[in-house]
Amino acid sequence: MQHVIIGAGPAGVIAAETLRRLDPGASVKLVGDEQEPPYSRMALPYYLFDRIQEDGTHLRKQPDHFSRNGIEVLRARVTAVNTKARRLTLDGGKELGFDKLLIATGSHPIRPPIPGMDLDGIFSCWTLADGRNIAKRAGKGSRVVLMGAGFIGCIILEALAMRGVKLTVIEMGDRMVPRMMNQVAGGLIKKWCETKGVGVHTSTRVESIEKSGAALKVRLSSDKVLDADVVISATGVRSNLEFLGGSGIETDFGVKVNDRLQSSHPDVFAAGDVCQGRDFSTGEYSVQAIQPTAADHGRIAAANMAGRSVRHQGSVNMNVLDTMGLISTSYGLWMGVPGGESAELRDTDRYRYLSLQFSGDHLVGAQSLGLTEHVGVLRGLIQTRVRLGRWKDRLLKDPTRIMEAYLGCTQALGHNAGVLA
Amino acid sequence: MLKALQIEPEKCTGCLQCELACSFQAEGVFNPSKSRIKIFTFHDEGRFVPYTCTQCSEAWCMHACPVEAIVFNDRTGAKEVLADVCVGCKVCTIACPFGTVNYDQDDKVAYKCDLCGGAPECAKACPTGAITYVDADHTGLARMRAHAAKTANVGASA
Repeated sequence: MQHVIIGAGPAGVIAAETLRRLDPGASVKLVGDEQEPPYSRMALPYYLFDRIQEDGTHLRKQPDHFSRNGIEVLRARVTAVNTKARRLTLDGGKELGFDKLLIATGSHPIRPPIPGMDLDGIFSCWTLADGRNIAKRAGKGSRVVLMGAGFIGCIILEALAMRGVKLTVIEMGDRMVPRMMNQVAGGLIKKWCETKGVGVHTSTRVESIEKSGAALKVRLSSDKVLDADVVISATGVRSNLEFLGGSGIETDFGVKVNDRLQSSHPDVFAAGDVCQGRDFSTGEYSVQAIQPTAADHGRIAAANMAGRSVRHQGSVNMNVLDTMGLISTSYGLWMGVPGGESAELRDTDRYRYLSLQFSGDHLVGAQSLGLTEHVGVLRGLIQTRVRLGRWKDRLLKDPTRIMEAYLGCTQALGHNAGVLA
Repeated sequence: MLKALQIEPEKCTGCLQCELACSFQAEGVFNPSKSRIKIFTFHDEGRFVPYTCTQCSEAWCMHACPVEAIVFNDRTGAKEVLADVCVGCKVCTIACPFGTVNYDQDDKVAYKCDLCGGAPECAKACPTGAITYVDADHTGLARMRAHAAKTANVGASA
């Protein structure tokens, strides 16, 4: 049995390891198109402000991890998939056969259609190579304009601020992280960043970028013009699907899959940012493009490739962000559901916020600012669909009691433990 | 033989000795806010519930870590955070559905119970036997019984 995995990010690596465990006799090949050993994009911001060196971004720390585990890592770019002949075409014309294929090719940053985007000094922050370039060009005192205050933009924002650059952020939405936080929380993050010396322009677009001597001029929709040494574009990502043209594998925003993460071709599976998998909260199929979902997908797709039948129950969309020391999280249907109740705690002076969204007797979504303890229990409450009973009223009065609610609803709390001894 | 923490909430008096012992062992300070084990107080029921990581086999935290900073200790069964490898991304803290992986804003790393390498201080410090360190098989059976009892009591405790 020949298992081939395209993409050496978290989904691909976890799938390769899972396959090795579940299908010990099979060949497992991991094909990646970057020069470095498999690494984590999540770790790039920490590389940017020198908390870690390049090897600190590596997904596995032992240099011989893959060879020791019988996983062959190939450096190549896949240009075409022939599902009939079960062969991949690689750049340079070589071919690679497979019995089962996992598409884990991730996503790429989109390039906004703005005049001047091809000028020198404009970067994405997506690969280690991007990280090296930014580290070279954006030093202490450099004027940096960051396009996009979404999740990725905000992660980079912290790293840039730590590098000591003069930072201005441009966001089209009316607040920061508009697809992760509501008006109140997104507004508070904006205010927090401003008090830390970052310029934040929301409800604003970049109209054009022009060269001006050694620097760049960034023209905004507000007619304001910013001088910049470096512009970083973080305006969103899209699944890497181009090479699937002509393969017959059905795609939408990502590769379309069933509950076993199987594509329209029975021997081809998908995982991670390229996979349009089930969302736990909505029951619909969407591209989540987050680390925990990539890990879920990699494990489940591999189990199915190894001949087990494992169903993906859906991943909870969740994010955690640290914007210059202000930590925010969001989970599931954080925006609430029609007819659902909600609980909110606002302490705007201290940048504390907690919002819980209920559907009937269940927690279905949440957002927090400044919560670093027991925050994962929000996932537990959502994903176990635990019936809250009288704890719902208690949470409506005091949403901070999430941990007590979880324990109260799921543990015996000692009522009956005595009779068991 | 693997051992595990067994927690019997009905024996807990809420004295917080475990939190002090834990924070001192882990951080060198007597500071309950740094403790890996927490006592939750239920005033309405008049009960205290010690709670910490169960070292669950799913290991959501470990699988969600993007940089292999959470590792399995095959001697104790604990999932341990390697503080020098952790970048502080906090994905483990949102991934753990039990809420037992926290983020330390002072040290900028994630932290969780590591069973003190096989000699948990919380169990040693507990004066009432609410926290004991016993054969994992035993707690497995106790957990099954507790689960069965809980299922039978859903109506009563809702």
